[in-house]
Amino acid sequence: MNNIIVFIETDGGKLCDVSLELLTKARSLAECLNVDVEALLIGSNISGLVPELYRYGAKVVHVADDPRLEFFRTLPYAAITIELFKEQKPQIALFGASSIGRDLAPRVSSALKSGLTADCTSLDIGDHEDARSGKKYKNLLYQIRPAFGGNIIATIVNPEHRPQMATVREGVMKKEPLEKPADGKIHQIDTAKILIDSDFAVEIIKRDIEEKKINIKGAQIIIDGGYGVGSRENFKLVFDLAKTLGAEVGASRAAVDAGFADNARQVGQTGVTVRPKLIICLGVSGAIQHTAGMDQSKIIIAVNSDPEAPIHKIADYSIIGDLNEVVPRMIASYKKHSK
Amino acid sequence: MSKEFKIVVLAKQVPDTRNVGKDAMTPEGTVNRAALPAIFNPEDMNALEQALRIKDKFPGSKVLILTMGPFRAAEIIREGYFRGADGGVLLTDRRFAGADTLATSFAISQAVKKMNPDIIVSGRQAIDGDTAQVGPQVAEKMNIPQITYAEEITGLSDNRITVRRRLERGVEVVSSTLPCLITVHATAAPCRPRNAKCVLKYKYSRTIHEEQDAANAGKYLLSADEKPYLKIQEWTVDDVGGDENCYGFAGSPTKVKKIENIVFKAKEAKKLTGSDADVDSLISELMANHEIG
Ligand SMILES: Cc1cc2nc3c(=O)[nH]c(=O)nc-3n(C[C@H](O)[C@H](O)[C@H](O)COP(=O)(O)OP(=O)(O)OC[C@H]3O[C@@H](n4cnc5c(N)ncnc54)[C@H](O)[C@@H]3O)c2cc1C
Ligand SMILES: Cc1cc2nc3c(=O)[nH]c(=O)nc-3n(C[C@H](O)[C@H](O)[C@H](O)COP(=O)(O)OP(=O)(O)OC[C@H]3O[C@@H](n4cnc5c(N)ncnc54)[C@H](O)[C@@H]3O)c2cc1C
Repeated sequence: MNNIIVFIETDGGKLCDVSLELLTKARSLAECLNVDVEALLIGSNISGLVPELYRYGAKVVHVADDPRLEFFRTLPYAAITIELFKEQKPQIALFGASSIGRDLAPRVSSALKSGLTADCTSLDIGDHEDARSGKKYKNLLYQIRPAFGGNIIATIVNPEHRPQMATVREGVMKKEPLEKPADGKIHQIDTAKILIDSDFAVEIIKRDIEEKKINIKGAQIIIDGGYGVGSRENFKLVFDLAKTLGAEVGASRAAVDAGFADNARQVGQTGVTVRPKLIICLGVSGAIQHTAGMDQSKIIIAVNSDPEAPIHKIADYSIIGDLNEVVPRMIASYKKHSK
Repeated sequence: MSKEFKIVVLAKQVPDTRNVGKDAMTPEGTVNRAALPAIFNPEDMNALEQALRIKDKFPGSKVLILTMGPFRAAEIIREGYFRGADGGVLLTDRRFAGADTLATSFAISQAVKKMNPDIIVSGRQAIDGDTAQVGPQVAEKMNIPQITYAEEITGLSDNRITVRRRLERGVEVVSSTLPCLITVHATAAPCRPRNAKCVLKYKYSRTIHEEQDAANAGKYLLSADEKPYLKIQEWTVDDVGGDENCYGFAGSPTKVKKIENIVFKAKEAKKLTGSDADVDSLISELMANHEIG
């Protein structure tokens, strides 16, 4: 009771990174609160995934295993989640800010009349005093999130309602298994008791999901190409530098929209959040929506011919120059020194 | 005879947070929100287009705009008229203020219930609050199915709607019973431009408050029975009913504890030229520090 429950997402029979990241974060929150972490796993034929959830710190895994739940659909998933939360009364519930989490969590929070904070970039435990009533609260979840197109950062609390619900994007939290994992317990949910015909009002007719091929999130080094690269052909320069340095290729939305690079490479608010140890930005102006997805990188190198480009403001090394000249020089220099 | 549908489009007036120019920056490097232009939330435009397409295919269908906001949000309804909407309601009342998404969706759902549509379309996400929560929450409050991230409504019959959804790595086609709420993704078709005839017809459409402002400014007024279609309805809490504790600040479980403005300040950067020597010393330094292997 009053534990932390993490909603677990699966994809093609595997656990999603975002859920393991949330379990990792939930462990540190649970430690502050002196409670346990639990997981909610919904799907079809999924019991094989349970041990991995123990490894990430779940003490109890609530499992709803039913062939009708193979693919995510809002209504049946929501019905199960709502029922479980009513019964278990978690104080905190965390969801991935994915297409699934951001569809499901608001539906659940509305039904439970509890609050929900979207797209948190940081979660913490702390006290709160209500400015109007002067009432004091201990150990609330601080839900910290950017809003206003990334121009402000708000700390949001849920003083009176439970669970305190939040969504967090993939790649924002770190994922770490326990050093000494211990087996937990399974709680089987009786789906037949919960689901009714009208929960299946939406039918999936066709799914056309690509294999997850490109994954720039875990890359240690990223070469980040912008609209300034000029063309899809010229993007070869970006790939060449990436290959030389053993890096992944990222791109700005303007570059993706112009067809220079694949969607999956987009860095930023509506793309992937990355924090590699080194990022080299080539022909990227540094719009806030872009930098929101990369400004936590350890070292930022900007190559931009415009000295006024905002990217220079967040760079550790700022090269005012033409990328078409600078990139070949970088490659040549690296090859020279690595011999 | 084919069916006529009633479609409600949820549209929000938002400050344009996308291109924050120098004018909107304070001397401290933070954003002055009041200086940003108020616009029709971009994805709500995509939603409007999906609604208008239903009307194209099923003549006699009606597209109604619902917006909640201050008096000046009537602009959203006029913009809807200019592009082909048939009506609209402005939900406006101080008692709605301070709402989080739960209280917002309660207010909106109360109004939608009164309008009694077959289909509700909203944007996926508003560019100011950025939560993408209002659509699914309205659906829950109405106890109807939701289809999020719609890219296109591909089929519609008397009692079912088929939609292609945009997911992170692909698409999914789903169909739902009606009534149903659909949130529309930015990759959906852009909205058609204003229609000159509609602009002429609805240019002077006004809410009661705008009519009062016009009176104070000594401008031409509409007489009571002249062109009733030019009157934009305003609804308050009293018009939509429901438990008052569910509205506004009181009905909001989330509270903003603190807001920090992002300060765009320069950090200490090493400035380099693109010369051979500069590039070479940078690469050597990175290699020496094991940043690159
Ligand atoms: C709601 C919303 C969400 C968004 N989400 C994202 C997001 O997730 N990710 C994202 O990236 N953007 C996002 N954007 C778009 C963002 O606002 C910018 O439009 C975009 O990041 C600009 O991309 P860019 O820097 O590549 O292009 P530009 O702004 O066009 O910049 C190109 C730069 O290249 C430089 N340049 C040109 N030629 C050369 C050369 N030969 N050598 C060196 N430099 C050169 C120019 O000086 C310029 O600074 C979003 C916008 C909105 C409204
Ligand atoms: C800094 C800050 C952070 C916030 N964080 C949260 C939070 O984490 N959780 C929370 O519950 N609230 C939050 N809020 C409050 C929230 O912004 C408001 O409740 C807002 O009215 C609705 O949320 P949204 O702008 O995110 O809309 P979204 O949910 O992103 O909007 C989705 C769609 O719903 C429709 N819609 C939304 N609002 C209206 C409207 N007024 N009229 C007509 N249609 C509309 C539109 O079609 C829109 O495209 C925050 C507010 C601020 C200022």
